Amino acid sequence: MKKVLALLLTVAMSVACLSTLAACGGGEKADPVAALITLHGTSSTYDKNFIDAFKTACANKGLKKSQYTVKSDVGESNACYDTAADFADKGYKAIFADSFGHEAYMIQAAEQFPDVQFYHATGTQSLTKNLPNFHNAFASIYEGRYLAGYAAGLKLNTMKDKAVENNFQVGYVGAYTYAEVISGYTSWFLGLQAALDEGYTATMEVQFTGTWYDEALEKEAANTLINRGAVLVSQHADSMGAPTACQEESIPNVAYNGNTEKSTLVAYSKINWVPYFEMMIDKALGGASVDTDWTGTLSTDSVQWALGANVAEGTLAKVQAIEAELKAGTLKVFDCAKFTVGGEHLTSYLADVDGDYVGEKNVIITEGEVTYFAESYYRSAPYFDITIDGVTLLNTKFGD
Amino acid sequence: MAESKVREPLFHVVKREGLPIWKTLLVYAAAIVGGLLLVSIFCAVCSEDIDNPLEMFSSMFDGAFGTERRIWIFVREGALLLGVSLALLPAFKMRFWNLGANGQIVISCLVCYSIMNWANTSETPIPNAIVVIMIILFGVGAGIVWAAIPAVFKAFFGTNETLFTLMMNYIAQGLVTVMITIWAPTGSGSLSPIKNYGLPNVINEHFLAILTISLITVFIFFYLAKSKHGYELAVVGESEKTAKYAGINVKLVTIRTLILSGAICGIVGLLITGGISHSVSSVSHNNMGFTAIMTSWLAGFNPLITIATSFLITFISLGMGQVRQDFGFYNDAIANVALGIVYFFIIACHFFINYKLVFRNSKHLEEKMGITTVGGEKGKKGGNG
Repeated sequence: MKKVLALLLTVAMSVACLSTLAACGGGEKADPVAALITLHGTSSTYDKNFIDAFKTACANKGLKKSQYTVKSDVGESNACYDTAADFADKGYKAIFADSFGHEAYMIQAAEQFPDVQFYHATGTQSLTKNLPNFHNAFASIYEGRYLAGYAAGLKLNTMKDKAVENNFQVGYVGAYTYAEVISGYTSWFLGLQAALDEGYTATMEVQFTGTWYDEALEKEAANTLINRGAVLVSQHADSMGAPTACQEESIPNVAYNGNTEKSTLVAYSKINWVPYFEMMIDKALGGASVDTDWTGTLSTDSVQWALGANVAEGTLAKVQAIEAELKAGTLKVFDCAKFTVGGEHLTSYLADVDGDYVGEKNVIITEGEVTYFAESYYRSAPYFDITIDGVTLLNTKFGD
Repeated sequence: MAESKVREPLFHVVKREGLPIWKTLLVYAAAIVGGLLLVSIFCAVCSEDIDNPLEMFSSMFDGAFGTERRIWIFVREGALLLGVSLALLPAFKMRFWNLGANGQIVISCLVCYSIMNWANTSETPIPNAIVVIMIILFGVGAGIVWAAIPAVFKAFFGTNETLFTLMMNYIAQGLVTVMITIWAPTGSGSLSPIKNYGLPNVINEHFLAILTISLITVFIFFYLAKSKHGYELAVVGESEKTAKYAGINVKLVTIRTLILSGAICGIVGLLITGGISHSVSSVSHNNMGFTAIMTSWLAGFNPLITIATSFLITFISLGMGQVRQDFGFYNDAIANVALGIVYFFIIACHFFINYKLVFRNSKHLEEKMGITTVGGEKGKKGGNG
């Protein structure tokens, strides 16, 4: 027995020694530059999109592996502040957090470390907080969704046997009933309607899960929609739940955050964070400042889309034509002439732009002939939160 | 083999007694290091960035002790986990399986946040001193109520406390979700911290928690080891009938012990919301209620050893946080795998501390020494999970 103990002790000692050596022999140490904080890990399509873009941007800017880091699975709690402050302690110059609920904790860290730049996706407070080192960013992803919806509409034109009295019923799995999601499905639905052949209409049912990531719930929600008659389904939630349900039921699916590689995939849109991360890294390396509140667009390559395997013939050229119109500004996604609310066209609407949950800013703009809802214009984070005609919410979910 | 009439098994499991303490500690240390070595090999195999398994150890130490802030966080998180473990100890010693620490913590967090939110949104300015008194009273009170309800039902109606306390967790977490919906109607389900109100900072935001838990540790040690209450709850744990015939009021002891358990969980909740996060979410408990089951069980319900197990588990989870960054794991699953492997090694070595294997050819020697052989008692102490 003593021999065994002696042996184990020797192993323990040698491990301790070697690990000390390993700590010293780290090789060249370059200054840390950029750090990313994500709510979940790579199993979530939302966070994976950030992580992949972050690694790409760091590689593009020639950062060494010791100069950037990613901490995944950081909750929307004090853990976010602890992590951000820890990165600042370690000398990272640019710290980015990817989830809405991280914002308050990033602001707390930003106040404490004025020499470090803090960046936050989907947040709403940078304009009102007015801290020089705290930034919000988002993209006009509603344009990407409109294009993906357009591809879905073209697909429906090839499925006319599925229409009931010339109406297609489609389904949408949403995470929460708030602007980011509402803006997303409305733009998607408007794109879809725009592509339908003359004489055909569409209605949409939306089922919310009340979580950003729950594979079983999202799958169940998609199945509910399919059982209620949806002939095509899209989603704004981060697991593969809905795409998997669609594949099993052979229902065409439109995705978000990236390619699902399913045979039923019609199209997907995603936010490409690489341009923003590159700006952020440039600033950390001594470049120009980043806007306090920044909205990426199709033109900055921040909004991307692509077609899947299950697409109708000739879709690519048609969607590209629409994309050109969006880029030129001649087509507006939320053109008030194209949708009604309670049977009426919108002429004014007070949206909550300053993040206090009370609408105060009229966001309906008229430019030339077109009157439209100016989404992501006064602030990067979405504020379109209207239920338009043709959309039925099967439930609502707020909070976690 | 031909000459032996009865075929002997290759080895017997023999009860071991009186292993000196230093040897016991050494076996534990070896088990932990062995478990971590296995984890390190696993990490190195899985990682694209790092091939040397031993770098995991330097990463772990860096994660827990690399900067002043990390040391403070390590001690604070270890202390909070220790606090929850100490809350469970008296209940567990009484064989009352309080699985509701998560709920007891969260309900306290919720009550504290409600009070802070009320003060923060009040028209007339409310001094922080009043808020502090209120969150101490009502926060701790909420923890007590949440633990006492299952205790009363157990004492008077014999309900199953395991299910009851678990159920109370869901109710508490559900209540938090409902309240967040009310406080942040179109938000993402997370509340902004209220920095204007809360417990005063002593030295920094970490120290108050550390100090409080230290005092609780001393208290629980003497409460269990020296007080009449501690003795009574141990007797109830051994046998309710014995306790009854010895004149102990079992109902009273059950409820009293759970009030203590809930109060400590309430204090932990108070420290989290009042002192550290200034906010609440349905996972404010950080799952410590379940982790503490492990730490207190591994410690054999001994408050002093619980200090060691709590800080060990905290070290591994904070250390693995750094390992994930350094090794390029974009998922927290690896930290759970590490904890699982280390738990397994510790539980396995528990067995070897209490029993030993005697092989066939050394059998006669053992008989000469008069050691009894036990059969079929493997893993008796390892059955948690």
